[in-house]
Parts: sequence; structure tokens; C-alpha cells
Amino acid sequence: MMTDATEAPRRIGQAFDTDELVLNMGPQHPSTHGVLRVVLRLDGERVVDADCVIGYIHRGVEKLCENRDWTQIVLLTDRMDYVAAATSNLGYVEAVEKLMQVEVPRRARYIRTILAELQRIASHCLWLGTHAMDIGAMTVLLYSFREREHVLDLFEEYCGARLTYNSMRIGGLPLDIPTGWDKRVSAFCDVMETKLDEYEELLTNNRIWVGRTRDIGVISGEEATALGLCGPPLRGSGVSRDVRKDEPNAAYDEFEFDIPLGTRGDTYDRYLIRLEEFKQSIRIIRQAVEGLPEGPVMGKVPRLIKPPAGETYHAVESPKGEIGFFVVSDGRSTNPYRFRVRPPSFCNLQALSRLCKGHLVADVVALIGTIDIVLGEVDR
Amino acid sequence: MLDTFVIPLLQIAVLVNALLVTVTFLVLMERKVMGWAQARLGPMRVGPYGILQAIVDPIKLILKEDITPANADRFVFTLAPIMSLVPALVVFSVIPFGPEQPYYIADINVGLLFIISVTSIGVYGIILGGWSSNSKYPLLASLRASAQLISYEIAVVMTLVSVVLTAGTLNMIGIVEAQREAGLWFAFVQPVACVLVFIGGLAETNRLPFDLPEAETELTGGFHTEYSGMRFSLFFLAEYANIIVISAIVALMFFGGWMRPFPNVEALAFLDLIPGWVWFCGKIFFFLYLFVWIRATFPRYRYDQLMAIGWKVLIPIAIGNLVLTGIAKVVL
Repeated sequence: MMTDATEAPRRIGQAFDTDELVLNMGPQHPSTHGVLRVVLRLDGERVVDADCVIGYIHRGVEKLCENRDWTQIVLLTDRMDYVAAATSNLGYVEAVEKLMQVEVPRRARYIRTILAELQRIASHCLWLGTHAMDIGAMTVLLYSFREREHVLDLFEEYCGARLTYNSMRIGGLPLDIPTGWDKRVSAFCDVMETKLDEYEELLTNNRIWVGRTRDIGVISGEEATALGLCGPPLRGSGVSRDVRKDEPNAAYDEFEFDIPLGTRGDTYDRYLIRLEEFKQSIRIIRQAVEGLPEGPVMGKVPRLIKPPAGETYHAVESPKGEIGFFVVSDGRSTNPYRFRVRPPSFCNLQALSRLCKGHLVADVVALIGTIDIVLGEVDR
Repeated sequence: MLDTFVIPLLQIAVLVNALLVTVTFLVLMERKVMGWAQARLGPMRVGPYGILQAIVDPIKLILKEDITPANADRFVFTLAPIMSLVPALVVFSVIPFGPEQPYYIADINVGLLFIISVTSIGVYGIILGGWSSNSKYPLLASLRASAQLISYEIAVVMTLVSVVLTAGTLNMIGIVEAQREAGLWFAFVQPVACVLVFIGGLAETNRLPFDLPEAETELTGGFHTEYSGMRFSLFFLAEYANIIVISAIVALMFFGGWMRPFPNVEALAFLDLIPGWVWFCGKIFFFLYLFVWIRATFPRYRYDQLMAIGWKVLIPIAIGNLVLTGIAKVVL
């Protein structure tokens, strides 16, 4: 039974005068990854019910986008999932390209793929560090941020920004890669592979880590699908759904990679999946760097972007899951008539109260970590 | 007059000051070691290599505003940090830094019993602090603390009893002397007990992987969430003083206290050039380092797992070890 966050504590048990303890976790709490507020109803330390309250950093991005012209919106997509800006850029520009039926040069699609996969590594580094930190393993945070720093350096070299890249344009890319950048990307891939072993050494076979994540927040494949989960939380339950494979965008159809799947649908499986995704991302980046074609990075796009009247939905696989853009053009104005995002963090966050039930307070932070949310994207 | 008052008071003054200064530098050491373990430098700004950080931190804490929450139980709220610091300092009165005066303050025949009973008073500080804050996170933390500290105390005390059986005395100096007579540190005679006491010590001092009462990422700081300024730093001092106590107990009972390694091997006699108290402090710092190292390495246990380890693993092993020690004592 779902309860409202404002409802008074209920009576539990008959023998003693016992009430639930209503604990307000957040919006200022070190482990809610931003300004998430979870109203927990506790029986001792056991969670009876959890209710998520969101909206603390709602900035009205979608409405804002309807008042900006099509090219300016790329900037705003940066600010939704600010730890994975490149994949948001990718999803949006591809949606508009689909609407306008623009041909994107192959070189641009390759570089976009490299950027998106680098972004996946950076975002997963942040997830790994904070997830481990929530469970008490401090050192992993510093290690994974060290590697994230490399990725940010690469992004900085490419487009000058480290967080909100504005790295893509409708029809291609704003600029070609700097000389030697591809070499440094493959050098980073080599480094990253050795560092992954470091993370695994600290966590994967650590009894405490396994004890804290095994059989925590188990969710079956059917239930995960019914809740609309996407990305690693869905694949952790054994459902094979990855936009990169199912509806290939950018240049994903030209590369070989595997979609890791979990079997038990628990937090440990989701952890293993993301670690495997690091390796698959490295694999994709290596193929893309090796086969990087020559040519222009910008397709033929009119000066003034004014897509024909119509609507489209386009999804890409962000590090958090499936991020979809629904855009409507009226064919007359230079701004979208309607702009709507399907944010993976928001959809995955729905599962939190279902996952928490029956677990302890300490597991709540592990579960917030395992679904990997960014509140900027949840609230938009 | 001189022997009964002045000298003990001087000893106490020296010891307490040394202890508090050690604590501030211990915090610096922790930050430095954690930094090195985590591929960073740790504090570097204040003084050369950040050494003066140890002095700046306490000054900052003293100068900070000391807030009492509106709904807190004022008397208990103030009492709690004192309750947790005083026992941690009192314990040092019976910890010998050497076999003769002036290296110990009091040499009582039930030293170990005194240590055990005084340290267990410190638990009240945490429980009362969490309860009197009148806040939910500290309340949960103090519930955790009371359950955790009591259950681990049982395991630790049971284990210490087996060491007492081996040594034949409760006197701390006597226990070290027994190791000299045996020609072996008790770490080799009672290896299981040594590990158990250290693990129990981690739990009793709320250190990772057992830092549930102050789990920052779950309970936002735990029992001291509502504390600030000097009262917070008293809790802080108490925690670190307790770490030193546990390290000292382990060093005394299992690693020969102030004795050099292999006290009966004549060939190593040159090691006696280093004074006993230096050996003892060196051993203490080794265990302090171990505490920090563990903190940098492990994730945190969950509450139910912690209790399961305490009751289902440590206590049975402690009882088994005690029984075996008893049998060995009778047979040999």
C-alpha cells in the first residue's frame, strides 16, 4: 500500500503501544545523490514504506526548450543529466535529424559514438564511486574519480568544456577532433582496463561488499518491465533491452559488443553489469578509433533549422538507461511546438519504493546508489 | 605528600596532555594515510606537509558555535560527551608504559578488570548523546550503538579471560611479565584471541567496517549529528582516545608491551638500547595505522550482519577459545 508523504505514523503491532517511525531522508542527506527526499516509514530499522518526493531542482527545462530555437536546445539538454551530457546531446540532435531527415556524415557518427561511450565510462565512474561510498568503501570513490578526470580531460580537449559539453550539432559535430586526440583516447582505454582490475580487487570478491549487495533489492524481469525500468537496472533482471542493439543509432550497428545481463536482479548483479559495461564501452571505443573514417563532420543542414511539421520520438542508451526525446514541430516557427523527455533516472526512481520495502535503512542508500539517479534529470 | 599527590598529579598532567596531542596528530595521520591510500596527498596547506593541521583543527573546533537543539534534553545533551571522554582518559591510569615508576600511574592488581569496566561506561555517552538530541538519526544511531557495543563487549571480554588464564594474573604489568617468562608474545600463544580482540576493538570504537553508530552516509553522522563545536570535539577525542586504548591493550596483552621482540634472545640485546616506552608507543602506532588502513579498505557492514557476526561467530569462537585454554591449562 502506498502512503502519502504527509500521512501521520501508523500503529504497528498490537501488544505494545508501537508507532512507525517516519524518517525524512533528504533533501539534505549525504547519500540521496542530490536533492531527493525519501520519506521512510520504519519499523525499527526495517523499511515498511518509502515515498519519494521529487521536484527540488525542477527548472522547467522542457517548457524552456519550447521557447528556444532548435539549435539552442542542445545547451539545455546538457543541463538535464549533467554527469552524462554527451548522451543527452546525442539523443536530442538525433531526434531532430530524424524529424528533418538529415544525413549525418559517417565520421561524425563515429566520433559521436566515441563521445557517448567515453561519457558512459565517466558516468559509470561516478556511479561506482558514490555507490561504494554509500556502502562505506571510501577509497573506490577517489580511484574512480581519478579515471573520470581522464575522460573529462579528453572532453575538455575536444570541446573545451568538462561537464556541460554542448558537443553536438544538428547534422553533425561543431568541430573535428584535435590532432592526436584519437591516440590519447586509445591510450586512455589501455589505462582504464588496468584500473578496472583495481576496482574489482577492492569490491567484487569482498565479503562485506557481496554481503551488502547480494539479494538486496531483488526485482524480477517482468516486474522491472512493468515498472518501466531501463538501462542497467532492467538488464540486471535479465531483460535484454539496450537501445544501442535494438534500435541502433549513431554508429553502433557497425561495432561488435555484448549486452551483459544479470540473472538474479539484485544489487550485486547490477554492479557486475555496470563493471562489464565499462569493458564493453572500451571495446566499442577501440573499434571506433581504429576504423575512424575520413570525411566531413557536418552534414548538409540549412542555416535556419526549421523542421517540417510533424512529430518524432527518438531514444538513445544513456549511461542511466533509455533517454528518449519526443519533439513536435509545427513547421512554421523556429522552436519546437512541444518538447518532452523520457528521462531514465525518473523512470528508474519509480522502482525505489518497491525495492526498499522490507529492507533496512542501510540498504536504502545502497538501493538509491544502484539505480543510479541524477536529480537534474529526474526533475528537469 | 610528594609520592601520593604531587607526582601522580604531574604524571596525570603529562599523560593527559600527551594523549590529547597524540589524538590531534592521530587525526592528521589518519587523513594523511587515507590520502596516500586514495591516490591523493591529504592536508598540505597548513604548515609544511600540512603538519600544523593537527593544531588548527582543534582551534577551529573550540572557536565554533556550540549549538544546543531547541528540543534537546539540555542536561543530558551536555553530559553525554563528558561521559564518553572521561572513561577513555581514565583507562590510561592503569596502562603501564614500562615496568617501574614513573611509567605508570597506578599499578592495581585487577588492572584488566578496571579497563574493561571503565571502557564500558563510555557506551553511555553515545547512547545518551543520541537519545538526548531528540532527533531521529541520532536516535537510530544510539540504538545501534547500544546493541553493537554490548554484544561485542561480550566477545572481547570472553577472549580477554582466556588471556588472563594463560597469564595467570589480571595485573597489566603481570601480563607483560608473563610474556617475558614464556619467552613468547601472547600473539603466538593465543593467536585467535589476538584477532578476536582486535576485531572486537574495531567494533567497540565504531570504526569501519563496524562504524554503524556514526555511519555518515546512512545516518548523516549518527549519534553526533546534532553536536557542534567543543561538545562534538569531545566525542571526537573520545573516539580517538578509545582507539589508542584498544591499540594499547592489544600491544600489552599480545605483543609484549614495552619489551623488545624476542626478549629472551641474547643476540638481540642491542635492541634494548631503545627505551621500553618507545617500543610500546611504536607498537601502539602500528595498530593505529592498522585501524586507518582498514578504514581505507573496507565497506561497512549492515546492522543485522554486524549482530550476526557478533553473536554467531565471535562469541562462539571466544567461548571455544576459552574452553580450549582452560583444558590446556589443566593438562599442561
